[in-house]
Parts: sequence; C-alpha cells; structure tokens
Amino acid sequence: MPKIKYIDETGRERVVEVPVGWTVMEGAVKNLIPGIDADCGGACACATCHVYIEPPWLDKLPPKQEMEETMLDFSQDVRPNSRLSCQIKVTPELDGLVVRTPKSQH
Amino acid sequence: MVKNIVIAGAGQAGAQAVFTLRAEGFSGAVTMIGEEPFAPYQRPPLSKAYLLGTFERDRLFLKPDAFYRESACELILGVGVRAIDRKAKAVALSDGRSLPYDRLLLATGTRVRPIRCPGAELAGIHYLRGIADVDRLRPALRKGKRLAVVGGGYIGLEVAAVAVKHGLDVTVFEAMSRVMARAVSRPVSAFFERLHRAAGVKLLLNTGVAAFEGSGRLEAVKAEGKSYPADLALVGIGVIPNMEIARNAGLPCEDGIVVDGNCASPADPAIFAAGDCTWHVGREGIALRLESVQNAIDQAKHAAYAMAGRPRPYREVPWFWSDQYDVKLQIAGLARGGDRIVLRGDLASRKFAAFHLRDGAVAAVEAVNAPSEYLVGRKLIAGGTRVAPERLADASVPMKNIV
Ligand SMILES: Cc1cc2nc3c(=O)[nH]c(=O)nc-3n(C[C@H](O)[C@H](O)[C@H](O)COP(=O)(O)OP(=O)(O)OC[C@H]3O[C@@H](n4cnc5c(N)ncnc54)[C@H](O)[C@@H]3O)c2cc1C
Ligand code: FES
Repeated sequence: MPKIKYIDETGRERVVEVPVGWTVMEGAVKNLIPGIDADCGGACACATCHVYIEPPWLDKLPPKQEMEETMLDFSQDVRPNSRLSCQIKVTPELDGLVVRTPKSQH
Repeated sequence: MVKNIVIAGAGQAGAQAVFTLRAEGFSGAVTMIGEEPFAPYQRPPLSKAYLLGTFERDRLFLKPDAFYRESACELILGVGVRAIDRKAKAVALSDGRSLPYDRLLLATGTRVRPIRCPGAELAGIHYLRGIADVDRLRPALRKGKRLAVVGGGYIGLEVAAVAVKHGLDVTVFEAMSRVMARAVSRPVSAFFERLHRAAGVKLLLNTGVAAFEGSGRLEAVKAEGKSYPADLALVGIGVIPNMEIARNAGLPCEDGIVVDGNCASPADPAIFAAGDCTWHVGREGIALRLESVQNAIDQAKHAAYAMAGRPRPYREVPWFWSDQYDVKLQIAGLARGGDRIVLRGDLASRKFAAFHLRDGAVAAVEAVNAPSEYLVGRKLIAGGTRVAPERLADASVPMKNIV
C-alpha cells in the first residue's frame, strides 16, 4: 500500500498506508489526522478537506478539475500548492507523497 | 456540572456531536446508542457510488473505530433507546438497560415513509435509507431488469441514474407535475427531466402509483389505470422523523422534535436534538425540518457547544448537493414561492444557476455544474446582499465581481 506522510500545523508527522483507489482525504480521516473536516465525505461539495502539497509532489498529481479549482478559489489561505484532498486518488505512483494539513478548515 | 452526556442515534449528527464535544474540551462521559449494527456512516454514497458498486463499505464510515476509543465514547450498537424518563434523567434501552444522563442529545434521524397501496408488501419492493437496504437492492439491479422508481425526488432519481448505468430498464413514476418539486425550482426540475430522459429513463409525471401487482413477487405497477410490467421497485416518497421517544416523553414535536436556536428542547433544558429529526426555526424565521448532511453537522455542533456550556446559536446557511450522472447540483439557502428567479448560464451547456431573489437580496441558489455561482451565492445569502438581477443574469460578469 502506498505510504503518505501527513504533517499537521504543529509540525507533527504521521506516515500512514492508504489503499490504492482511496483518496488522500480518506487516508487522513481514517487515520485521525487533524485539520480535515471533509463534511461532504468527498463529493467536492464542501471544500473542508483543503491541504497543501509538498512542492516536489505537485507535478506528479493529476491536474485539478474545474469543480475543485473553483471550490479552492473561494477557500481561505489558498496557496499555489493548495488542493482538495478528496479529489486526489491514491495510486502506486503516489507512494511517499507528503501533504500538510491546515490548523482548521474555517 | 454536566458529567455525563448520552446521544440517542449513531448517525451523521451523533458522530459530529462526539467530535465537537471533545474539541470543546468536554471531559465527562459520552455514550452513543445506535439502533443499526453499524458505527456512524455517511448516507449520501448509498444512492450513488456505494450503490453503483465503486465504493467499498469500509469507506462509508465517518470515523475509524479508533476515534471512539480515543474520544472515550462508549458506542452501544444494535440497541435502541425506547423511552426517556425526564424526571429520573435516564433512558431505557431495548436491551433492558437504563442509562442515566445529565444531557441527552436526540439524533435519531428519519425512517422511510412506507407506501400504502394494495400490493405494498410484495417481494421485490425496495426502500433506501441504510446500508442494509443497499445490500438488498444492489444484487437485484441486474442488466435488463425492469425497475420502477416510485417518487421522482433526490433518492429516486439518484437510484434511477445508477440503475441505467447498470443497464436496467428504468421507469420513474412521479405524482406531481415535475421532479424534485419539493426541493428545486421549475427550471432545475426541467433540466433534470431532460437529463434523465436523454439517459434512457422513462419519466412519467402526474402519475401516482395506485397499486403493485403480482403473486408473492412484484410483476407490475399500476398507475393511472395502466399496468406497467416491473421486476423490482424502489420507493422513495419521503421520510418520517424518528421522534416517538420525544413525543412520548411530553416534549413538543411538530414534523420533528422542536428545538430552539441552541438545538435545545424548549420544554427541557437537559434535552437537545440535532439533524434530520428536528423541527427548528430557520434563519428566515420560518419553522422547518431539513434533511441534509449540512444541517446534521451544524446542528450537532451547536448542540455540542451548548451542552459543553458555550452556546452559540445556529445561523448557518443551509446547503445541499446531489449527484446524478456526471451532473452536480448544489443548493444553498431556501427558496420560497414568490421569489424572483434569475437564470444565469445556459441550460443546454449543462452549466447554469438559478438565483432566487427576495426583496432584492439573494435568498437561495441552485447551481448545476456551477461551483462559483454556488459558492458566491452562499456568501451573498449569508450577507443578505442585494444584487442587480441584470448583473446576476450576465454570465460574462465573473461571479467574483458580481457585487
Ligand atoms: C440514500 C440517501 C442519500 C442522501 N444523499 C444526500 C446528499 O447527497 N446530500 C446531503 O446533504 N444529504 C443527503 N442525504 C441525507 C443525509 O444523509 C441525512 O440528512 C443525514 O444522514 C442526517 O443525519 P442524522 O444524524 O440526523 O440521521 P441519520 O444519519 O439517519 O442517523 C440516525 C441514526 O439514529 C438511529 N436511531 C433512530 N432511532 C433510534 C433510537 N430510538 N435509538 C437509537 N438509535 C436510533 C438510526 O437507526 C440511525 O442510524 C441522503 C440520505 C439518504 C438516505
Ligand atoms: S470532502 Fe468535501 S470537498 Fe473534499
């Protein structure tokens, strides 16, 4: 199973295994990583699963669809490496992915 | 001192309440009792990806088991709360136990409204509310079978979309003159009617089902004097709030358990309610019951704030979504008859929004594949912002600059 490293806003790192086909959001929720609410459960309807991707990984992710792009446009503290974690499906190529979670989604 | 909180109902609202109580620093005992044999799970995928079979059951659960352990929340599953003894401050459980509480949160949700007509008990007639329902329905969704969907609401239409993908022959029976009539405006209904018809769904409007026919098993649906052959049916005609325990305890109930702005019962300061089972006065001053993830989450938060001793009244703008085929419908605010509807975008391009203006201000938005309209709309609703209708209707003005 691919391993993903989540770093929370206090700097605490957690490396967890996430099944292929699940999303980066689900990997966080199932492993009690703080900072992600995911109210809509991954329907790209709430924008409460905002994360920051560590720069080396940015290009390796599938590009944003219009829905995600727009939802992010209206989120808080958006940076060039912002993504909605429910829109990133875990693949074997993402083994080692590093993402940072914000303090809160509001 | 509140030392002991009991939550009746282990669903979307219940799970959120546990989370928020701990986040607010409540350190007393928390016990959550759920009638279903499952830890709290999300229902939206039940009529979407989970029904389609592209989403495993594990992924439905809102929190991992470790969450309840780490939150020191005792989960009692497969057991129902049968009665509330307000004087003794205790609940009676279906397994014979009695549990004391300092604060009680009712998060019991709803159950499906059964159809009352001849033949309603035949095999092959399905409903959809929980995991167990999908586990019965999914194996029956076999290519070539004829599915009768009774009720053109969200759930019926989402199931129709999935069933068509599975290669079934789908007919939707809707008693009203348009689909989702309770929830969306005319242009949006019309859009979804065209969408379903284009996908191959037969959509019969103004067609109430009078009976199911068959010997032991469903063979046909009888509607408006005609008989339509069917191998299985899915009935989605609404829900009934689970409020009997509240009513029997003398708590005020309408079409839901009556709560105030802090999600507390006006009759008992120790009892709160959140989610689909509640009847509350919305931000526009009209009492209503909402059935949505947003309302379950937000009411649970506000009930938890109050139970933890830091009340903050509930004022959030309601929001909702539905996925049918590759179309995402997102709604914010509550539309009302008499609103002025302003359309933006082009229905044919499958990307448009219907804004509802009331006294010049945006009161609701229904957005089809139109996230900026939805998100900006939500902010405008929260702010009670007035917007010129001509500007809203002009798709060349970016939503960001609309005000
Ligand atoms: C198929 C389907 C699709 C949906 N799609 C969407 C969508 O796309 N978007 C959206 O916003 N919303 C959607 N919803 C609505 C959303 O799922 C609900 O609004 C939400 O689950 C409400 O949460 P709740 O906690 O109030 O109730 P529930 O999640 O229903 O939980 C209540 C729980 O309490 C239990 N219970 C009841 N009585 C008792 C008792 N006496 N003692 C103990 N336990 C009891 C019930 O068994 C249940 O498990 C959908 C619902 C369904 C059924
Ligand atoms: S979980 Fe709601 S948008 Fe990602």
